[in-house]
Amino acid sequence: MFLANAKVDSVTQIGTNVFLLKLQSDKIAANAKPGQFVNIKVSNSNFPLLRRPFSICNVEGDYFTIMFTSVGEGTLVLQKKQKGEFVDVMGSAGNGFSLDGNYEKAIIVAGGIGAAPFPFLIKELEKIGKGIICLSGGRTKNDCITYEMKNVSIATDDGSFGFKGNVVELLSSQIDRYKNERIKIFGCGPNAMLKSLQQFCFTRNIEAEISTESSMACGFGICQGCPVQSATDKNKFLLVCKDGPVFNVKDIELP
Amino acid sequence: MSAVDLSVSVGPLKLRNPILLASGTVGYGNEISEFIDLNKIGGIVTKSLSLKPRKGNSSQRVVETPSGMLNAIGLANVGVEEFLKTKIQFLKKFDTKIICNIAASSVEEYVECTKLLTGEDTISAFEINVSCPNVKEGGLEFGNDKKAVAKITEEVKKVSTKPVFIKLSPNVSRISEFALAAKESGADAVSAINTLVGTAFDIFSRKPKIKNITGGLSGPAIKPVALAKVLEIKQNVDIPIIGIGGIFSWQDAVEFMIAGASAFQLGTVNFVHPNISETMINDLILYCEKMKISSLKNLTGSFIL
Repeated sequence: MFLANAKVDSVTQIGTNVFLLKLQSDKIAANAKPGQFVNIKVSNSNFPLLRRPFSICNVEGDYFTIMFTSVGEGTLVLQKKQKGEFVDVMGSAGNGFSLDGNYEKAIIVAGGIGAAPFPFLIKELEKIGKGIICLSGGRTKNDCITYEMKNVSIATDDGSFGFKGNVVELLSSQIDRYKNERIKIFGCGPNAMLKSLQQFCFTRNIEAEISTESSMACGFGICQGCPVQSATDKNKFLLVCKDGPVFNVKDIELP
Repeated sequence: MSAVDLSVSVGPLKLRNPILLASGTVGYGNEISEFIDLNKIGGIVTKSLSLKPRKGNSSQRVVETPSGMLNAIGLANVGVEEFLKTKIQFLKKFDTKIICNIAASSVEEYVECTKLLTGEDTISAFEINVSCPNVKEGGLEFGNDKKAVAKITEEVKKVSTKPVFIKLSPNVSRISEFALAAKESGADAVSAINTLVGTAFDIFSRKPKIKNITGGLSGPAIKPVALAKVLEIKQNVDIPIIGIGGIFSWQDAVEFMIAGASAFQLGTVNFVHPNISETMINDLILYCEKMKISSLKNLTGSFIL
Protein backbone atom coordinates (compact mmCIF):
# COMPACT_ATOMS: atom_id res chain seq x y z
CA MET A 1 0.00 0.00 0.00
CA PHE A 2 1.22 3.49 -0.82
CA LEU A 3 0.56 7.11 0.01
CA ALA A 4 0.65 9.04 -3.24
CA ASN A 5 0.06 12.55 -4.49
CA ALA A 6 -2.05 11.66 -7.48
CA LYS A 7 -2.49 14.21 -10.24
CA VAL A 8 -6.02 14.94 -11.45
CA ASP A 9 -6.39 14.23 -15.15
CA SER A 10 -10.13 14.74 -15.55
CA VAL A 11 -13.53 14.79 -13.90
CA THR A 12 -16.25 13.51 -16.21
CA GLN A 13 -19.98 13.37 -15.58
CA ILE A 14 -21.37 10.09 -16.93
CA GLY A 15 -24.86 10.10 -15.41
CA THR A 16 -27.41 12.30 -13.67
CA ASN A 17 -25.24 12.47 -10.57
CA VAL A 18 -22.43 10.08 -11.46
CA PHE A 19 -18.83 11.18 -11.96
CA LEU A 20 -15.53 9.64 -12.99
CA LEU A 21 -12.33 11.04 -11.52
CA LYS A 22 -9.20 10.02 -13.42
CA LEU A 23 -5.97 10.26 -11.45
CA GLN A 24 -2.35 9.65 -12.27
CA SER A 25 -0.15 7.59 -9.96
CA ASP A 26 2.11 4.93 -11.45
CA LYS A 27 2.60 3.17 -8.11
CA ILE A 28 -1.08 2.82 -7.35
CA ALA A 29 -2.03 1.95 -10.93
CA ALA A 30 0.66 -0.71 -11.16
CA ASN A 31 -0.38 -2.48 -7.98
CA ALA A 32 -4.18 -2.23 -8.17
CA LYS A 33 -6.39 -5.31 -8.46
CA PRO A 34 -10.09 -5.35 -9.37
CA GLY A 35 -12.25 -4.88 -6.28
CA GLN A 36 -9.58 -3.04 -4.30
CA PHE A 37 -10.16 0.52 -3.16
CA VAL A 38 -8.31 3.78 -2.64
CA ASN A 39 -8.75 5.99 0.41
CA ILE A 40 -8.76 9.64 -0.54
CA LYS A 41 -8.13 12.77 1.55
CA VAL A 42 -10.32 15.00 -0.55
CA SER A 43 -9.19 18.32 0.98
CA ASN A 44 -6.14 19.70 2.77
CA SER A 45 -8.31 21.00 5.60
CA ASN A 46 -10.15 19.34 8.49
CA PHE A 47 -13.31 19.45 6.42
CA PRO A 48 -13.84 16.67 5.80
CA LEU A 49 -11.35 15.22 8.27
CA LEU A 50 -11.19 11.56 7.35
CA ARG A 51 -10.30 9.91 4.07
CA ARG A 52 -13.10 8.61 1.87
CA PRO A 53 -12.95 5.09 0.40
CA PHE A 54 -13.70 4.53 -3.30
CA SER A 55 -13.57 1.35 -5.40
CA ILE A 56 -11.00 1.44 -8.15
CA CYS A 57 -13.17 1.64 -11.26
CA ASN A 58 -10.52 1.08 -13.87
CA VAL A 59 -6.79 1.20 -14.51
CA GLU A 60 -5.03 2.28 -17.68
CA GLY A 61 -1.24 2.68 -17.79
CA ASP A 62 -0.23 5.13 -15.05
CA TYR A 63 -3.83 6.21 -14.53
CA PHE A 64 -6.66 4.91 -12.41
CA THR A 65 -10.27 5.99 -12.21
CA ILE A 66 -12.82 6.15 -9.43
CA MET A 67 -16.57 6.43 -9.93
CA PHE A 68 -18.77 8.24 -7.44
CA THR A 69 -22.14 9.84 -6.95
CA SER A 70 -22.04 13.30 -5.46
CA VAL A 71 -23.88 12.76 -2.19
CA GLY A 72 -21.95 14.29 0.68
CA GLU A 73 -19.34 16.83 1.65
CA GLY A 74 -16.45 14.63 0.47
CA THR A 75 -17.81 13.80 -2.96
CA LEU A 76 -18.86 17.40 -3.54
CA VAL A 77 -15.22 18.46 -3.11
CA LEU A 78 -14.04 15.73 -5.49
CA GLN A 79 -16.57 16.71 -8.11
CA LYS A 80 -14.98 20.16 -8.29
CA LYS A 81 -11.37 19.01 -8.73
CA GLN A 82 -9.54 20.60 -11.64
CA LYS A 83 -7.04 19.05 -14.03
CA GLY A 84 -3.50 19.35 -12.68
CA GLU A 85 -4.51 19.48 -9.00
CA PHE A 86 -2.99 16.90 -6.67
CA VAL A 87 -5.00 14.59 -4.46
CA ASP A 88 -3.66 12.67 -1.44
CA VAL A 89 -4.45 9.00 -2.10
CA MET A 90 -3.76 5.88 -0.06
CA GLY A 91 -3.94 2.60 -1.88
CA SER A 92 -4.51 0.23 -3.31
CA ALA A 93 -6.23 -1.16 -0.24
CA GLY A 94 -8.07 -4.30 0.74
CA ASN A 95 -8.69 -7.63 -0.93
CA GLY A 96 -10.19 -7.56 -4.39
CA PHE A 97 -12.15 -10.08 -6.46
CA SER A 98 -10.65 -13.48 -7.09
CA LEU A 99 -10.78 -14.43 -10.75
CA ASP A 100 -10.28 -18.10 -9.81
CA GLY A 101 -13.02 -20.66 -9.78
CA ASN A 102 -14.73 -23.32 -11.86
CA TYR A 103 -16.74 -21.09 -14.20
CA GLU A 104 -16.87 -20.00 -17.81
CA LYS A 105 -19.37 -17.19 -17.48
CA ALA A 106 -19.21 -14.29 -15.02
CA ILE A 107 -22.48 -12.66 -14.04
CA ILE A 108 -21.97 -9.11 -12.81
CA VAL A 109 -24.74 -7.83 -10.52
CA ALA A 110 -24.63 -4.11 -9.69
CA GLY A 111 -26.97 -2.00 -7.59
CA GLY A 112 -26.71 1.75 -8.25
CA ILE A 113 -23.18 3.07 -7.68
CA GLY A 114 -22.24 -0.56 -6.93
CA ALA A 115 -21.31 -0.56 -10.63
CA ALA A 116 -18.07 1.21 -9.66
CA PRO A 117 -15.59 -1.71 -9.41
CA PHE A 118 -16.80 -3.61 -12.47
CA PRO A 119 -15.12 -1.96 -15.50
CA PHE A 120 -11.73 -3.08 -14.11
CA LEU A 121 -13.03 -6.55 -13.24
CA ILE A 122 -14.66 -7.02 -16.65
CA LYS A 123 -11.42 -6.09 -18.39
CA GLU A 124 -9.47 -8.65 -16.37
CA LEU A 125 -12.12 -11.36 -16.82
CA GLU A 126 -12.07 -10.85 -20.60
CA LYS A 127 -8.28 -11.22 -20.59
CA ILE A 128 -8.67 -14.75 -19.25
CA GLY A 129 -11.47 -15.58 -21.69
CA LYS A 130 -14.52 -15.54 -19.42
CA GLY A 131 -17.97 -14.77 -20.81
CA ILE A 132 -19.57 -11.66 -19.29
CA ILE A 133 -23.22 -10.92 -18.49
CA CYS A 134 -24.11 -7.70 -16.65
CA LEU A 135 -27.19 -6.80 -14.66
CA SER A 136 -27.56 -3.26 -13.37
CA GLY A 137 -30.32 -2.00 -11.13
CA GLY A 138 -31.50 1.26 -9.62
CA ARG A 139 -34.55 3.04 -8.29
CA THR A 140 -35.25 4.76 -11.63
CA LYS A 141 -33.74 4.81 -15.10
CA ASN A 142 -31.43 7.63 -14.00
CA ASP A 143 -29.96 5.58 -11.17
CA CYS A 144 -28.83 2.66 -13.36
CA ILE A 145 -25.17 2.75 -14.32
CA THR A 146 -23.97 0.77 -17.34
CA TYR A 147 -20.54 2.36 -17.82
CA GLU A 148 -18.15 -0.06 -19.56
CA MET A 149 -20.51 -2.98 -18.97
CA LYS A 150 -21.08 -5.81 -21.49
CA ASN A 151 -24.34 -7.58 -22.37
CA VAL A 152 -26.32 -5.44 -19.93
CA SER A 153 -29.87 -5.94 -18.67
CA ILE A 154 -31.47 -3.20 -16.58
CA ALA A 155 -33.85 -3.37 -13.64
CA THR A 156 -35.63 -0.36 -12.17
CA ASP A 157 -37.72 -0.31 -9.01
CA ASP A 158 -40.29 1.97 -10.65
CA GLY A 159 -40.28 0.19 -14.02
CA SER A 160 -39.19 3.37 -15.81
CA PHE A 161 -36.73 1.29 -17.83
CA GLY A 162 -36.10 -2.43 -18.42
CA PHE A 163 -37.27 -5.02 -15.91
CA LYS A 164 -39.62 -3.73 -13.19
CA GLY A 165 -38.19 -4.84 -9.85
CA ASN A 166 -34.83 -5.05 -8.18
CA VAL A 167 -31.67 -6.41 -9.75
CA VAL A 168 -31.76 -9.68 -7.80
CA GLU A 169 -35.31 -10.33 -9.04
CA LEU A 170 -34.01 -9.65 -12.54
CA LEU A 171 -31.22 -12.16 -11.98
CA SER A 172 -33.75 -14.68 -10.72
CA SER A 173 -35.85 -14.22 -13.85
CA GLN A 174 -32.86 -14.89 -16.09
CA ILE A 175 -30.92 -17.55 -14.22
CA ASP A 176 -32.42 -20.53 -16.04
CA ARG A 177 -30.75 -19.35 -19.24
CA TYR A 178 -27.43 -20.41 -17.75
CA LYS A 179 -28.44 -23.77 -16.30
CA ASN A 180 -26.06 -25.62 -18.62
CA GLU A 181 -23.14 -23.29 -17.98
CA ARG A 182 -20.69 -22.96 -15.13
CA ILE A 183 -21.22 -19.51 -13.67
CA LYS A 184 -19.78 -17.26 -10.96
CA ILE A 185 -21.54 -14.17 -9.66
CA PHE A 186 -19.79 -10.92 -8.76
CA GLY A 187 -21.99 -8.47 -6.87
CA CYS A 188 -21.70 -4.95 -5.51
CA GLY A 189 -24.36 -2.60 -4.19
CA PRO A 190 -26.23 -1.59 -1.03
CA ASN A 191 -26.28 -4.05 1.87
CA ALA A 192 -29.96 -4.95 1.43
CA MET A 193 -29.30 -5.91 -2.19
CA LEU A 194 -26.19 -7.90 -1.29
CA LYS A 195 -28.10 -9.73 1.41
CA SER A 196 -30.77 -10.72 -1.04
CA LEU A 197 -28.13 -11.72 -3.60
CA GLN A 198 -26.36 -13.80 -0.96
CA GLN A 199 -29.60 -15.62 -0.15
CA PHE A 200 -30.22 -16.23 -3.84
CA CYS A 201 -26.74 -17.73 -4.27
CA PHE A 202 -27.17 -19.97 -1.23
CA THR A 203 -30.53 -21.27 -2.46
CA ARG A 204 -29.17 -22.04 -5.92
CA ASN A 205 -25.73 -23.07 -4.69
CA ILE A 206 -23.92 -20.62 -6.97
CA GLU A 207 -20.36 -19.49 -6.37
CA ALA A 208 -20.29 -15.76 -5.64
CA GLU A 209 -18.19 -12.89 -4.36
CA ILE A 210 -19.58 -9.60 -3.13
CA SER A 211 -17.98 -6.23 -2.58
CA THR A 212 -19.23 -4.62 0.63
CA GLU A 213 -19.07 -1.12 2.01
CA SER A 214 -18.91 0.35 5.49
CA SER A 215 -18.10 3.60 7.14
CA MET A 216 -14.46 3.46 8.17
CA ALA A 217 -11.85 5.84 9.52
CA CYS A 218 -8.50 4.47 8.39
CA GLY A 219 -8.95 1.95 5.56
CA PHE A 220 -6.05 -0.29 6.58
CA GLY A 221 -7.07 -2.12 9.72
CA ILE A 222 -5.97 0.06 12.61
CA CYS A 223 -9.17 1.84 13.63
CA GLN A 224 -11.30 -1.34 13.73
CA GLY A 225 -14.22 0.81 12.62
CA CYS A 226 -15.70 -1.45 9.92
CA PRO A 227 -16.67 -4.80 11.42
CA VAL A 228 -18.71 -7.44 9.60
CA GLN A 229 -19.81 -10.65 11.27
CA SER A 230 -17.85 -13.74 10.25
CA ALA A 231 -20.15 -16.54 9.07
CA THR A 232 -17.76 -19.23 10.28
CA ASP A 233 -16.84 -17.91 13.73
CA LYS A 234 -19.55 -16.39 15.94
CA ASN A 235 -16.95 -14.72 18.14
CA LYS A 236 -15.24 -12.92 15.33
CA PHE A 237 -15.76 -9.79 13.29
CA LEU A 238 -13.93 -9.42 10.00
CA LEU A 239 -12.91 -5.95 8.84
CA VAL A 240 -14.36 -4.60 5.60
CA CYS A 241 -11.18 -2.60 4.88
CA LYS A 242 -8.60 -5.31 5.44
CA ASP A 243 -10.34 -8.68 5.16
CA GLY A 244 -12.64 -7.29 2.44
CA PRO A 245 -14.11 -5.26 0.88
CA VAL A 246 -14.68 -8.31 -1.35
CA PHE A 247 -15.81 -11.45 0.43
CA ASN A 248 -16.97 -14.86 -0.66
CA VAL A 249 -20.73 -14.89 0.11
CA LYS A 250 -20.13 -17.84 2.43
CA ASP A 251 -17.73 -15.94 4.68
CA ILE A 252 -19.87 -13.13 6.10
CA GLU A 253 -23.24 -12.41 7.66
CA LEU A 254 -24.53 -9.09 6.42
CA PRO A 255 -26.37 -6.83 8.90
CA MET B 1 23.24 14.85 12.86
CA SER B 2 21.28 17.63 14.49
CA ALA B 3 22.54 19.31 17.59
CA VAL B 4 19.01 19.34 19.01
CA ASP B 5 18.35 16.75 21.70
CA LEU B 6 14.85 15.34 21.22
CA SER B 7 15.05 12.78 24.02
CA VAL B 8 12.61 13.06 26.91
CA SER B 9 11.71 11.17 30.07
CA VAL B 10 8.28 10.24 31.31
CA GLY B 11 9.05 9.49 34.94
CA PRO B 12 11.52 6.61 34.79
CA LEU B 13 10.86 5.86 31.11
CA LYS B 14 13.41 7.33 28.70
CA LEU B 15 12.28 7.99 25.13
CA ARG B 16 14.37 8.86 22.07
CA ASN B 17 11.77 11.51 21.27
CA PRO B 18 8.36 12.45 22.72
CA ILE B 19 6.38 10.95 19.81
CA LEU B 20 4.16 8.08 20.89
CA LEU B 21 1.36 6.39 18.97
CA ALA B 22 -1.87 6.28 20.96
CA SER B 23 -3.68 3.17 22.05
CA GLY B 24 -6.48 2.05 19.76
CA THR B 25 -5.13 3.92 16.77
CA VAL B 26 -2.29 1.64 15.72
CA GLY B 27 -3.42 -1.87 16.72
CA TYR B 28 -0.29 -3.82 17.60
CA GLY B 29 1.96 -1.98 15.16
CA ASN B 30 2.03 -4.19 12.10
CA GLU B 31 -0.29 -2.21 9.80
CA ILE B 32 1.22 1.21 10.57
CA SER B 33 4.73 -0.16 9.99
CA GLU B 34 3.93 -0.17 6.27
CA PHE B 35 4.04 3.62 6.45
CA ILE B 36 6.63 4.48 9.09
CA ASP B 37 9.87 3.21 10.59
CA LEU B 38 8.90 2.33 14.16
CA ASN B 39 12.58 2.57 15.12
CA LYS B 40 12.47 6.32 14.68
CA ILE B 41 9.64 7.24 17.03
CA GLY B 42 9.55 7.30 20.83
CA GLY B 43 7.20 4.38 21.20
CA ILE B 44 3.89 2.74 20.59
CA VAL B 45 0.98 2.21 22.96
CA THR B 46 -0.84 -1.02 22.14
CA LYS B 47 -4.55 -1.43 21.62
CA SER B 48 -6.15 -1.99 25.04
CA LEU B 49 -5.70 -5.54 26.22
CA SER B 50 -8.15 -7.39 28.41
CA LEU B 51 -7.66 -10.75 30.09
CA LYS B 52 -9.85 -12.56 27.56
CA PRO B 53 -10.34 -11.62 23.89
CA ARG B 54 -13.13 -9.10 23.27
CA LYS B 55 -15.16 -9.11 20.10
CA GLY B 56 -16.17 -5.46 20.37
CA ASN B 57 -19.37 -3.66 19.35
CA SER B 58 -21.28 -4.28 16.16
CA SER B 59 -21.43 -1.85 13.27
CA GLN B 60 -21.72 1.13 13.04
CA ARG B 61 -18.65 1.85 15.13
CA VAL B 62 -17.36 5.14 13.73
CA VAL B 63 -18.79 8.36 12.33
CA GLU B 64 -17.18 11.61 11.30
CA THR B 65 -18.27 14.79 13.09
CA PRO B 66 -17.05 18.38 12.55
CA SER B 67 -13.23 18.26 12.79
CA GLY B 68 -13.45 14.97 14.61
CA MET B 69 -14.93 11.54 14.84
CA LEU B 70 -16.91 9.42 17.25
CA ASN B 71 -15.91 5.84 17.87
CA ALA B 72 -17.42 3.02 19.84
CA ILE B 73 -15.22 0.06 19.04
CA GLY B 74 -15.87 -1.58 22.40
CA LEU B 75 -12.27 -2.53 23.20
CA ALA B 76 -12.10 -5.24 20.54
CA ASN B 77 -8.80 -7.00 21.25
CA VAL B 78 -7.03 -10.33 21.07
CA GLY B 79 -6.61 -10.77 24.84
CA VAL B 80 -3.41 -10.99 26.87
CA GLU B 81 -2.56 -14.60 26.00
CA GLU B 82 -2.74 -14.16 22.23
CA PHE B 83 -0.87 -10.85 22.51
CA LEU B 84 2.03 -12.54 24.28
CA LYS B 85 1.99 -15.48 21.89
CA THR B 86 1.82 -13.68 18.55
CA LYS B 87 1.50 -9.89 18.55
CA ILE B 88 4.50 -9.15 20.75
CA GLN B 89 6.72 -11.20 18.42
CA PHE B 90 6.27 -8.61 15.71
CA LEU B 91 6.97 -5.72 18.07
CA LYS B 92 10.16 -7.35 19.39
CA LYS B 93 11.84 -6.64 16.06
CA PHE B 94 11.87 -2.90 16.69
CA ASP B 95 14.02 -0.66 18.82
CA THR B 96 11.15 1.39 20.17
CA LYS B 97 9.38 1.54 23.52
CA ILE B 98 6.34 -0.69 23.82
CA ILE B 99 3.76 0.62 26.26
CA CYS B 100 1.09 -1.93 26.93
CA ASN B 101 -2.41 -0.53 27.47
CA ILE B 102 -4.64 -2.56 29.78
CA ALA B 103 -8.42 -2.26 30.06
CA ALA B 104 -10.44 -4.37 32.46
CA SER B 105 -13.81 -4.73 34.13
CA SER B 106 -12.57 -5.22 37.67
CA VAL B 107 -9.58 -4.43 39.86
CA GLU B 108 -8.75 -8.14 39.88
CA GLU B 109 -8.66 -8.26 36.09
CA TYR B 110 -6.28 -5.28 35.90
CA VAL B 111 -4.00 -7.03 38.37
CA GLU B 112 -4.20 -10.35 36.56
CA CYS B 113 -3.36 -8.76 33.19
CA THR B 114 -0.42 -6.86 34.67
CA LYS B 115 0.94 -10.03 36.32
CA LEU B 116 0.84 -11.91 33.02
CA LEU B 117 2.49 -9.11 31.05
CA THR B 118 5.08 -7.70 33.44
CA GLY B 119 7.57 -10.53 32.87
CA GLU B 120 7.78 -9.74 29.16
CA ASP B 121 11.04 -7.83 28.53
CA THR B 122 9.78 -6.16 25.36
CA ILE B 123 7.21 -4.17 27.35
CA SER B 124 8.63 -0.92 28.71
CA ALA B 125 5.64 0.40 30.66
CA PHE B 126 1.93 0.00 31.26
CA GLU B 127 -0.80 2.47 30.46
CA ILE B 128 -3.88 1.68 32.50
CA ASN B 129 -7.10 2.59 30.73
CA VAL B 130 -9.55 3.60 33.45
CA SER B 131 -11.52 5.73 31.05
CA CYS B 132 -12.92 3.90 28.04
CA PRO B 133 -16.35 5.39 27.41
CA ASN B 134 -17.59 2.50 25.27
CA VAL B 135 -17.90 -0.53 27.46
CA LYS B 136 -20.74 -1.21 29.87
CA GLU B 137 -18.79 -2.39 32.85
CA GLY B 138 -15.60 -0.76 34.12
CA GLY B 139 -14.16 1.90 31.83
CA LEU B 140 -15.83 5.20 32.36
CA GLU B 141 -17.29 4.27 35.74
CA PHE B 142 -13.78 3.67 37.06
CA GLY B 143 -12.59 6.85 35.42
CA ASN B 144 -15.31 8.83 37.21
CA ASP B 145 -14.51 7.48 40.64
CA LYS B 146 -11.39 8.80 42.36
CA LYS B 147 -11.34 5.94 44.87
CA ALA B 148 -11.51 3.38 42.06
CA VAL B 149 -8.67 5.09 40.16
CA ALA B 150 -6.59 5.11 43.36
CA LYS B 151 -7.35 1.47 44.10
CA ILE B 152 -6.54 0.27 40.56
CA THR B 153 -3.30 2.27 40.53
CA GLU B 154 -2.24 0.92 43.91
CA GLU B 155 -2.98 -2.72 43.09
CA VAL B 156 -1.37 -2.59 39.63
CA LYS B 157 1.74 -0.91 41.06
CA LYS B 158 2.08 -3.73 43.59
CA VAL B 159 2.50 -6.34 40.86
CA SER B 160 4.12 -4.31 38.08
CA THR B 161 7.88 -4.31 37.58
CA LYS B 162 7.56 -1.49 35.01
CA PRO B 163 6.44 2.14 35.12
CA VAL B 164 2.66 2.57 35.35
CA PHE B 165 0.80 5.39 33.59
CA ILE B 166 -2.88 6.06 34.26
CA LYS B 167 -4.95 7.20 31.28
CA LEU B 168 -7.44 9.72 32.59
CA SER B 169 -10.97 10.52 31.51
CA PRO B 170 -11.82 14.10 30.53
CA ASN B 171 -15.47 13.41 31.39
CA VAL B 172 -15.02 14.73 34.93
CA SER B 173 -15.22 18.21 36.41
CA ARG B 174 -11.70 18.37 37.91
CA ILE B 175 -9.23 16.11 36.13
CA SER B 176 -6.39 17.26 38.40
CA GLU B 177 -8.06 15.56 41.37
CA PHE B 178 -7.86 12.28 39.47
CA ALA B 179 -4.23 12.93 38.58
CA LEU B 180 -3.55 13.56 42.26
CA ALA B 181 -5.31 10.31 43.23
CA ALA B 182 -3.15 8.44 40.71
CA LYS B 183 0.04 10.12 41.96
CA GLU B 184 -0.71 9.43 45.61
CA SER B 185 -1.31 5.77 44.74
CA GLY B 186 2.06 5.48 43.07
CA ALA B 187 1.44 6.19 39.38
CA ASP B 188 4.59 7.16 37.46
CA ALA B 189 2.71 9.42 35.04
CA VAL B 190 -0.74 10.21 33.70
CA SER B 191 -1.94 10.18 30.11
CA ALA B 192 -4.46 12.91 29.37
CA ILE B 193 -6.92 12.78 27.81
CA ASN B 194 -9.03 9.86 26.68
CA THR B 195 -11.97 10.64 24.39
CA LEU B 196 -14.93 12.83 25.32
CA VAL B 197 -18.38 11.24 25.39
CA GLY B 198 -20.43 12.37 22.41
CA THR B 199 -23.20 11.34 20.06
CA ALA B 200 -24.73 12.16 16.68
CA PHE B 201 -28.17 11.49 15.19
CA ASP B 202 -29.42 10.71 11.71
CA ILE B 203 -32.15 13.30 11.22
CA PHE B 204 -34.20 11.11 8.88
CA SER B 205 -34.24 7.84 10.84
CA ARG B 206 -33.91 9.75 14.16
CA LYS B 207 -31.53 7.03 15.28
CA PRO B 208 -28.04 7.53 16.73
CA LYS B 209 -25.40 7.27 14.02
CA ILE B 210 -23.45 4.72 16.02
CA LYS B 211 -24.83 1.49 17.39
CA ASN B 212 -23.57 2.07 20.92
CA ILE B 213 -25.63 5.34 21.02
CA THR B 214 -22.70 7.31 22.44
CA GLY B 215 -19.06 7.12 21.47
CA GLY B 216 -15.74 8.74 22.19
CA LEU B 217 -15.03 12.02 20.41
CA SER B 218 -11.50 12.49 19.11
CA GLY B 219 -9.65 14.58 16.54
CA PRO B 220 -8.88 18.30 16.22
CA ALA B 221 -12.29 19.18 17.71
CA ILE B 222 -11.09 18.14 21.18
CA LYS B 223 -7.62 19.69 21.15
CA PRO B 224 -8.47 22.87 23.10
CA VAL B 225 -10.24 20.79 25.76
CA ALA B 226 -7.30 18.40 26.02
CA LEU B 227 -4.80 21.26 26.27
CA ALA B 228 -6.79 22.84 29.10
CA LYS B 229 -6.89 19.52 30.96
CA VAL B 230 -3.11 19.07 30.58
CA LEU B 231 -2.58 22.62 31.83
CA GLU B 232 -4.88 22.04 34.80
CA ILE B 233 -2.92 18.94 35.82
CA LYS B 234 0.43 20.68 35.33
CA GLN B 235 -0.61 23.61 37.52
CA ASN B 236 -1.95 21.44 40.34
CA VAL B 237 -0.11 18.12 40.52
CA ASP B 238 3.58 17.27 40.32
CA ILE B 239 3.40 14.25 38.02
CA PRO B 240 4.69 13.69 34.45
CA ILE B 241 1.99 14.06 31.81
CA ILE B 242 1.63 12.40 28.42
CA GLY B 243 -0.50 14.77 26.36
CA ILE B 244 -3.17 13.36 24.04
CA GLY B 245 -6.11 14.85 22.20
CA GLY B 246 -6.51 15.94 18.61
CA ILE B 247 -2.85 16.42 17.69
CA PHE B 248 -2.78 16.69 13.89
CA SER B 249 0.47 18.58 13.34
CA TRP B 250 3.86 19.22 14.92
CA GLN B 251 2.57 22.63 16.01
CA ASP B 252 -0.23 20.93 17.97
CA ALA B 253 2.35 18.67 19.62
CA VAL B 254 4.49 21.65 20.63
CA GLU B 255 1.44 23.28 22.23
CA PHE B 256 0.92 20.18 24.39
CA MET B 257 4.52 20.26 25.56
CA ILE B 258 4.30 23.97 26.39
CA ALA B 259 1.11 23.24 28.39
CA GLY B 260 2.95 20.66 30.46
CA ALA B 261 3.30 17.37 28.58
CA SER B 262 6.62 15.50 28.77
CA ALA B 263 5.62 13.40 25.76
CA PHE B 264 2.57 13.21 23.55
CA GLN B 265 0.51 10.65 21.69
CA LEU B 266 -0.76 10.78 18.15
CA GLY B 267 -4.15 9.13 17.75
CA THR B 268 -6.83 9.91 15.18
CA VAL B 269 -4.26 11.52 12.90
CA ASN B 270 -2.76 8.07 12.23
CA PHE B 271 -5.97 7.15 10.41
CA VAL B 272 -5.62 10.09 8.03
CA HIS B 273 -1.85 10.61 7.77
CA PRO B 274 -0.28 7.32 8.88
CA ASN B 275 3.25 8.61 8.25
CA ILE B 276 3.00 11.82 10.29
CA SER B 277 4.75 10.45 13.38
CA GLU B 278 7.91 10.07 11.33
CA THR B 279 7.66 13.24 9.22
CA MET B 280 7.08 15.27 12.39
CA ILE B 281 10.56 14.51 13.74
CA ASN B 282 12.31 16.86 11.37
CA ASP B 283 9.72 19.58 11.94
CA LEU B 284 10.37 19.43 15.68
CA ILE B 285 14.12 19.77 15.08
CA LEU B 286 13.60 22.78 12.82
CA TYR B 287 11.34 24.39 15.41
CA CYS B 288 13.93 23.89 18.16
CA GLU B 289 16.69 25.30 15.97
CA LYS B 290 14.60 28.33 15.13
CA MET B 291 13.70 28.88 18.80
CA LYS B 292 17.27 28.14 19.97
CA ILE B 293 16.08 25.26 22.14
CA SER B 294 18.92 22.78 22.61
CA SER B 295 16.86 20.14 24.35
CA LEU B 296 13.20 19.56 23.53
CA LYS B 297 12.46 18.50 27.11
CA ASN B 298 13.00 22.11 28.20
CA LEU B 299 9.77 22.95 26.43
CA THR B 300 7.66 20.96 28.90
CA GLY B 301 5.52 23.29 31.00
CA SER B 302 7.29 26.36 29.62
CA PHE B 303 4.09 28.36 29.23
CA ILE B 304 4.14 32.04 30.07
CA LEU B 305 0.88 33.16 31.62
